[in-house]
Amino acid sequence: MKIAVVLRQVPDLIEPLEVDATGKAFDLSSATFVLNESDDHALEQALLLKEAQGGQVSVLALDFGDVDNSLYAAAAKGADQLVKIPWDDPNRSPPPQVAAQMYAELLRTIDPDLVLIGVQAHDELDGVLAPEVAVALSWPYVGVVRGVKAADGSLLVCKEFPGAVMAEFQVRLPAVLGLLGAEQPPRYVPVSRIRSAMKTAQIAEQEVSPPSWTGRVQVARLYPPVPAERAEMLTGSAEEVADRIAALLEEKGLLR
Amino acid sequence: MSASDILVLAETVRGNLSGIVSELLGAARSVANATGGQVLAAVLSSDGAPFVAGLQDADRILLVNHPALAEYAPEPFLAALQTMVQTESPRAVLIGNTSIGWDMAPLLAARLKAPLVLGCQELQVEDGRLRATCSLCGGKMLAEVQIEAAPAVVMVLPGSCAPATAAGKAQVQTLSPPASLSADPSGVEFRQWILPPPGDVDITSQDILVAVGRGIQQKENLEPIQQLAELLGGAVCASRPIVDQGWLPTTRQVGKSGMTVKPKLYLALGISGAPEHVEGMSGADLIIAVNTDPKAPIFDVADYGAQMDLMDLVEPLSQAIQTRKK
Repeated sequence: MKIAVVLRQVPDLIEPLEVDATGKAFDLSSATFVLNESDDHALEQALLLKEAQGGQVSVLALDFGDVDNSLYAAAAKGADQLVKIPWDDPNRSPPPQVAAQMYAELLRTIDPDLVLIGVQAHDELDGVLAPEVAVALSWPYVGVVRGVKAADGSLLVCKEFPGAVMAEFQVRLPAVLGLLGAEQPPRYVPVSRIRSAMKTAQIAEQEVSPPSWTGRVQVARLYPPVPAERAEMLTGSAEEVADRIAALLEEKGLLR
Repeated sequence: MSASDILVLAETVRGNLSGIVSELLGAARSVANATGGQVLAAVLSSDGAPFVAGLQDADRILLVNHPALAEYAPEPFLAALQTMVQTESPRAVLIGNTSIGWDMAPLLAARLKAPLVLGCQELQVEDGRLRATCSLCGGKMLAEVQIEAAPAVVMVLPGSCAPATAAGKAQVQTLSPPASLSADPSGVEFRQWILPPPGDVDITSQDILVAVGRGIQQKENLEPIQQLAELLGGAVCASRPIVDQGWLPTTRQVGKSGMTVKPKLYLALGISGAPEHVEGMSGADLIIAVNTDPKAPIFDVADYGAQMDLMDLVEPLSQAIQTRKK
């Protein structure tokens, strides 16, 4: 099975998020980028399918953020092909609709049986990449997927619902899946193996022209939320805070 | 049909209307009052009649009945919804931030080349334009957006809108299903529901929950937290990253794709408070949150908070509780 995985870079939420002077967009000039979490799960699921069934895993990414590191880490984990699409603007990744058209053009040349993409990136506001890719390719799509197994030329896919309930679907190939989680946590690779991959793995660059795009939604303002009411903060040493919490629980009859 | 109507996807899961439908109807009513349109509720099912009673807050209930809609699958549901939207031409389509919503909303918008907004917490009409306030980046940012083109596809976060209250007399219309539903099976076919294995603790029935998130850092740190939960007479639950790591089973997950809990005490340790998590726990009587990030959104819903590493607190807290219990 030929599997393609899309990896995206997103701002690390551990760092403060900055808004630019327009007040309508992120200022990413000093942002730290990390691999989008659900894309990491998509890669893991692809590697699990390859290990179970054989095949090839191609990893695609736009040249944005710390993408080379993510691509080499994917190679160290077992990806077979690394493809990077050049992107000129270091401060803004393309809208999902534009990125989807670019990925779709590249995917038509790779001709995979299956495309795995994280179901969501935390900075998506007015588009979702995975279903946009599916529509661009006219392929079936299902998202919020947590687990994929190959079965007689098709796939058995679990889609997550509330209450730890899953719906199992049979998916005919080719298809695009939006991954929420892989069947097991993304594997860890030591830095030494990533460094080794940097020496041996090749990142192919494939130019794809972005389509013209006029946003369908206008951002009027981007800002951190100002809550009407925040928690009463308990301060002091850990012991003092612990004693305060214990006293609160006692007051409210929660110590049994 | 009217370009001022607001259409709500009244999704059903395993024979029940999803909880968010009432909120969507409430939001739709508020917007329809401003646009002068009607509230339409779309039910896609093999037989929508049993759901009509729960949708009386709509002005019109639009049923599409077909065997291909007996259980959810993306393509037949999308075909039915797309046909309905193209026929009714509403100003906006409101869809819940749910498992089905994450398929339907972006697919519908992509097919129609329509505007889409995610994580909507508030929807208003201003100078004839829709204005939505949306949460992104795990609740750490808000975006105010304006949408001129119709239909706007809006994914609404649960807990954002007051449920509909006015019980009206909705008109029920049964629409013809699109011809494509009778064609060959689509590429994604429903096979079965898989329920969680019995035997684990039912966190929805616990009075006291000690919840752990990414801040726990490693699986070994679960042990003292488990002991703290036992000391309190409660159970351990978690946000999604902990379950994704395989450190706790899915039956312990709180949030959009997990359980909705309403305990007397929710002690949130190392949880940032993404909207998907808050959705499942904001109804707790008392929320105490511990996080190293003073801007963590969890402090916006907590009653009490402490800015510190959770592992620095667990042991002294266990000791303080033991002391007071003596």
